[in-house]
Amino acid sequence: MQLTNRSKVVVKKEMTLAERLYIPAIFSGMIITFKHLFRKKVTIQYPEQTREVSKIWRGQHVLKRDEIGAERCTACGLCAVACPAEAITMIAAERKPGEEHLYREEKYAATYEINMLRCIFCGDCEEACPKEAIFLTDRKVESLYTRAELVYGKDILVEAIEKDKRVDVTVRETPEVAEFKAHKEFGHNTVFENKKN
Amino acid sequence: MTLSFLIYKIILVVVVFAVTLVVAMYSTYAERKVAAFLQDRIGPNRAGPFGILQPLADGIKMFMKEEVIPGASNKALFIIGPSLVLLTACMTGVVIPWGSPLIIDGTVYPLQITDVNIGILYLFGVISLGVYGIMIGGWASNNKYSLLGAIRASSQMISYEVAMGLSIIALVMTTGTLSLSQIAEQQHGWHWNVLVQPLGFFIFIICAFAETNRAPFDLPECETELVGGYHTEYSSMKLGFFLFAEYINMFISSAVIATFYFGGYNMPFIERFVQDPNWLAILGVVFLFMKIVFFIFVFMWVRWTLPRFRYDQLMNLGWKILIPLSLLNIVITGAVMMREEIFQLLFK
Ligand code: SF4
Ligand code: SF4
Repeated sequence: MQLTNRSKVVVKKEMTLAERLYIPAIFSGMIITFKHLFRKKVTIQYPEQTREVSKIWRGQHVLKRDEIGAERCTACGLCAVACPAEAITMIAAERKPGEEHLYREEKYAATYEINMLRCIFCGDCEEACPKEAIFLTDRKVESLYTRAELVYGKDILVEAIEKDKRVDVTVRETPEVAEFKAHKEFGHNTVFENKKN
Repeated sequence: MTLSFLIYKIILVVVVFAVTLVVAMYSTYAERKVAAFLQDRIGPNRAGPFGILQPLADGIKMFMKEEVIPGASNKALFIIGPSLVLLTACMTGVVIPWGSPLIIDGTVYPLQITDVNIGILYLFGVISLGVYGIMIGGWASNNKYSLLGAIRASSQMISYEVAMGLSIIALVMTTGTLSLSQIAEQQHGWHWNVLVQPLGFFIFIICAFAETNRAPFDLPECETELVGGYHTEYSSMKLGFFLFAEYINMFISSAVIATFYFGGYNMPFIERFVQDPNWLAILGVVFLFMKIVFFIFVFMWVRWTLPRFRYDQLMNLGWKILIPLSLLNIVITGAVMMREEIFQLLFK
């Protein structure tokens, strides 16, 4: 039965004398490799050169603060639910009176950890977040020697409080993205759920 | 034999030994560079400018690695194996004429450690000793993969030595000598043996690939089936010896090919420009090394082009193609040499 028209009938034909001698084939192969000697090298010499990446390249995460410097995250856990790699864990806590300048919402994440060894940089956490709190950035996650070091806590993830040291995510935080996020039916997990049902 | 003669010989031995080791060392670097360039990469370039300190780094790494001698192995043989391989590899360099003799104050200083009049036989004897090292190493490891690799190595070497020897017989017929220095001398100017013995050269170079266990004939150390073959159990510098011996063998093979078929230290038309015999000798060494470097490059070029042969193909090629071809080569050579007599016999 022919399923596609790409199938090919294979015949096992006897090799001719020239083919059995291998010599012509060997010479043509050697000429091909010789030409490669003078080709442009494809190597990117990493620490000195870096590969050009897209403007919205998905790298190390940042937990944003708002205008007055309070953390936006409310520890709702939607990012952890959305995460396909189960890389995110957090412990929630209640905001005490007088901490309004530190945490924007009444509930906040006392600890918030992303395991960078598990993370696949899909960006689903960013998409799931209702508070515009987590974003992926174009920073690269560095290579470290132990696994424990690669579980990033709030000390690394939350951006600095000073205005000039904030992480710029304007390329990712555009009106189009906000519009897209407003339609829950476009969301990755929604589409996925709908397909399953 | 005078004392100065003895000192001269000792110096020559040390120099040849050192040069052999350095060339082998830099062959490892060249191998990685050639491989990289053939694959559109850059290759090692971090240790020193252009990575030229890479062989040193590799050597230090090899020495620093932990030595593991498997508990079930035969310890003495396990150590003898790689030592023998390296020893035989280093022993072959003594009969190669590196240049025409130097003449200083009327004394002749040949640039050859010892001119054995049966140099070719010596060379073959020592080369075939090399297989014992591999065999002993593979056997002493007490590991089935090592043993299989060792068996492959020995059967391959024995099969290809036959064809190699036969191709050399034709060469010996035309040159009429077994001494390497005379063979090199006879190829003065354009009288390179490759023009007389193209088929013989072809068979010889194929066999040289097989003898040095290099791709496409690297079945003894076939990673895909034998996890490294005879050196599976080896670690640290003992593994280094095995790998290093391969590069020494490659260097010596290139030197032998250059001497047998490509004029050794001779270069045509050079006498027109340089008359002084001492300068000629020094230039001869340079020419020989140029040829050697070229052949080492060919070795690498072939390795990074061709995939490995299957074992049955290897045996087929050795016994059913190369041996008949080399026999044919002998017959043709003989017929051409005796053409006058044959004509007289037929037409008189
Ligand atoms: S980028 Fe993807 S994998 Fe990484 S933490 Fe966010 S949701 Fe999980
Ligand atoms: S980062 Fe966003 S989604 Fe995740 S817990 Fe905080 S507010 Fe919720």
